[in-house]
Amino acid sequence: MVMGDLVREVDVAVVGGGPGGYSAAFRCAELGLETVVVDASRRLGGACLWEGCIPSKALLHVSAVLGEVERAKEFGVDFGEPRIALDALRKWKAERVVGKLARGLAGVAKAKGVEIVGGRGVFEDSRALRVEGDEPQKIRFKHAVVATGSAPSPLPGAALASDRVMDSTGALELSDLPERLLVVGGGYIGLELGQVYTALGSKVTLVEMTDGLLPGVDRDLVQPLARHCEKLFVKIRLGTKVTSLHEQGSQIEARFGEGDTVAFDRVLVAVGRRPVSAELGLETTRVRPDAHGFVAVDERCRTADPRIWAVGDVTGEPMLAHRAMRQGKVAAEAIAGRPAAFDTVVVPAVVFTDPEVAWCGLTESQALREGRPVRIAKFQWAASGRAATLGRSDGLTKLIADADTGRVLGVGIVGPGAGELIAEGALAVEAALTAEDLAATIHTHPTLSETLMEAAETLLRPT
Amino acid sequence: MPRPFVLPDLGEGLTEAEIVKVLVQEGDRVQEDAPLLEVETDKATVEIPSPVTGRVAKIHVQPGQTVKVGAVLVTFDEEAGRGGAASLGTTLARSAPPADHTTSATQRAPAATAAAATRGSGPVAATPATRRLARELGVDIHTVRGTGHGGRVSDDDVRAAAGGRPPASAQPAAQPVAPERPATRKPLAPVGAEAPALPRFEQWGAVERQPLSHLRRTIAERMTLSATLVPHVTHFDRADITELDAIIRRNVEPARQRGVTLTLTSFLLKAAALALREHPQFNASLDPAAGELILKRYCHLGVAVATDRGLIVPVIRDVDKKPLIELQGELAALAQRVRDGKATLEDLRGGTFTVTNIGALGGTGAVPIINYPEVAILGAARAREEPVVLDGRIVPRVLLPLSLTFDHRVADGADGARFAAAIVRRLERPEQLLLEW
Repeated sequence: MVMGDLVREVDVAVVGGGPGGYSAAFRCAELGLETVVVDASRRLGGACLWEGCIPSKALLHVSAVLGEVERAKEFGVDFGEPRIALDALRKWKAERVVGKLARGLAGVAKAKGVEIVGGRGVFEDSRALRVEGDEPQKIRFKHAVVATGSAPSPLPGAALASDRVMDSTGALELSDLPERLLVVGGGYIGLELGQVYTALGSKVTLVEMTDGLLPGVDRDLVQPLARHCEKLFVKIRLGTKVTSLHEQGSQIEARFGEGDTVAFDRVLVAVGRRPVSAELGLETTRVRPDAHGFVAVDERCRTADPRIWAVGDVTGEPMLAHRAMRQGKVAAEAIAGRPAAFDTVVVPAVVFTDPEVAWCGLTESQALREGRPVRIAKFQWAASGRAATLGRSDGLTKLIADADTGRVLGVGIVGPGAGELIAEGALAVEAALTAEDLAATIHTHPTLSETLMEAAETLLRPT
Repeated sequence: MPRPFVLPDLGEGLTEAEIVKVLVQEGDRVQEDAPLLEVETDKATVEIPSPVTGRVAKIHVQPGQTVKVGAVLVTFDEEAGRGGAASLGTTLARSAPPADHTTSATQRAPAATAAAATRGSGPVAATPATRRLARELGVDIHTVRGTGHGGRVSDDDVRAAAGGRPPASAQPAAQPVAPERPATRKPLAPVGAEAPALPRFEQWGAVERQPLSHLRRTIAERMTLSATLVPHVTHFDRADITELDAIIRRNVEPARQRGVTLTLTSFLLKAAALALREHPQFNASLDPAAGELILKRYCHLGVAVATDRGLIVPVIRDVDKKPLIELQGELAALAQRVRDGKATLEDLRGGTFTVTNIGALGGTGAVPIINYPEVAILGAARAREEPVVLDGRIVPRVLLPLSLTFDHRVADGADGARFAAAIVRRLERPEQLLLEW
């Protein structure tokens, strides 16, 4: 390496510029530590901003608007058939949404004095990183934060290298609108992107290996979404595995189980994500990723190597940006010697479909499985004034509380706006509020947030 | 008997280390020399062995924490001569893994898992801010009983568990002998290192609690600050003041006629002030934030004055420029004001170097603490007539033991030795004092 002799010394080197990485870097800088971020694309934001949360939510907003337009016919308002200009949509997403946020992040980095080094960071030992790529150099650090995130998993046993087989990153580029789209995977990515493509005009078939959509989520929360998806999609095939994909001319033939073969114009593989921990030179440190590639960390986000910390998707499930951001701040404070800990009780999760599904803390099925003494309150949105005014009575708000103390242990919501409503649930669980606390807090009327108060009230009545 | 074990001196001037691993758990029985903790300094990773055979009663540190030399790491229950107590917990064998980190990459589950089980279901019932407080106070929040609604742990519960303010019910039955004083209790300002919790002394006999006076408190805080912050080093020397002593004796009466009681202290001040001209780095303050030494182009010397309330250090301005007799007069007046409790703030501020003469009370030497943010202090013990070999003959000479304590960040031993010699030279040849001002 020509510039191999250039060695710089920093307090903290962050590997990866995603939400976990930049949160750690910003907080380190605030605490007076000299910090650099090494990122292969030489930009902050990571998968979240460039190929995940943000662009998908931009497209889901479009999808929601189209859904509202369709529903408006029920109110006697008809806008006619929507015309979608794909170029304009792509441009809006790239420039007005992603670009704007990226400029904002770059500005914050500059203001805080965090330098971004372009290249792949490879550990040489527990004190040094070699940067390969655009800006080759060697960085000696006092602490390093591994924030390399995750990447889409390929389809096991049926991977096919073809432009017509996309992962979530490719699907978000929206290079064209396939007539027939196969979505493999009934998790949140498959459902969200399936709805986006449906709204834009594709005929979507969705296959899920297990016997239900959104595995792990309480069935009563999934049901309104499943019902809506049944209307939107051409077909939902549960308990079905895609055993092979073959490119035939300009289409892909997918074989389902040992049975039929169906042709599609494109295939979206959304079967999960896997941590990025290989080829980072971690073998030169004391960090040893597990069989799945996850890097174990303690409460303070420190790995088995005392100088190396890890945050975000590379540290395990749930692979969510907001978990990574909190971990990033914890790691930064721990590095600065503060008594920080990722002792977080809940990591709320949201599926931004129509209707949205959101939950945090203990789920009903988990409580049942573990035999936990809980009381469960369910409030159907059919009884909500606000839901009626929105023409959306298909929602449900659910509270799971400790049977003895009334402490709120989990919250689940399905319905439009669930993603925003869950914040109150997360606060309640995190701050150890009781059902009485929620019931006695005045919630604005008429809003969907009242459903949390109403659900809490039902728990106060004797069983 | 509980026995605290502190981070030992690691040598090479290292003052702190980072805990990498705690190799024992509370309740473990350990053998003497069995590895307790692994710490990492700037220079190496070191395994710290157990100093005793006994039971680990409490672990005060956690991995990742940086601790200073002298900080309590572990408290042992010493159980000399007691073996086979299997019920006390698992015995930690001497075969604990050596410092081979590649084989011990497994992470210990967060303490939460173990402790939570004892508290029934559900996560800790406390807000994130309360949990942070618990971490700051070193309290395992899982062990705190919440007094709030639904078993919520409040900030007060955490503070009570930290022992700062025990709940009223926990007060020992035997009340202190001293009458209750209205003085409000206020903790000393912290200076980084946290003192470990005190044992309950009442368990060994009656005790009396006295609130500290304001002056005592100030002295305690400032001395702790200085002793904690400043790396002190002391150089000892002796000055043959036979001649000076004769001069003072000869002039006691003439001075008294001018209303002044001549003492050795004023000569010490003068000698120190003149020596400081040659060694300005001792007439200075360190600005660690800026990485600069602030040299003071003035010479205001503090003089330690013992009062019945405690130590006070008034300041005499421009000692280098004033005639000795004036200095002596000012010193007497200032000391009187201080003893009467009438010193003004201006009398006490602006010192650049301090002289403390403990000779009146006897002793053969003392190592004073630097009057921070000054960087050096001169201590003088009692001058005595002693047999000295001079030109092959034993002669009686008056010797004054001196100690120069200074901030090692600012100067090294050789500098201190030269500065001390410059003071000694002036005391030994008092005519120099005459010639220099």
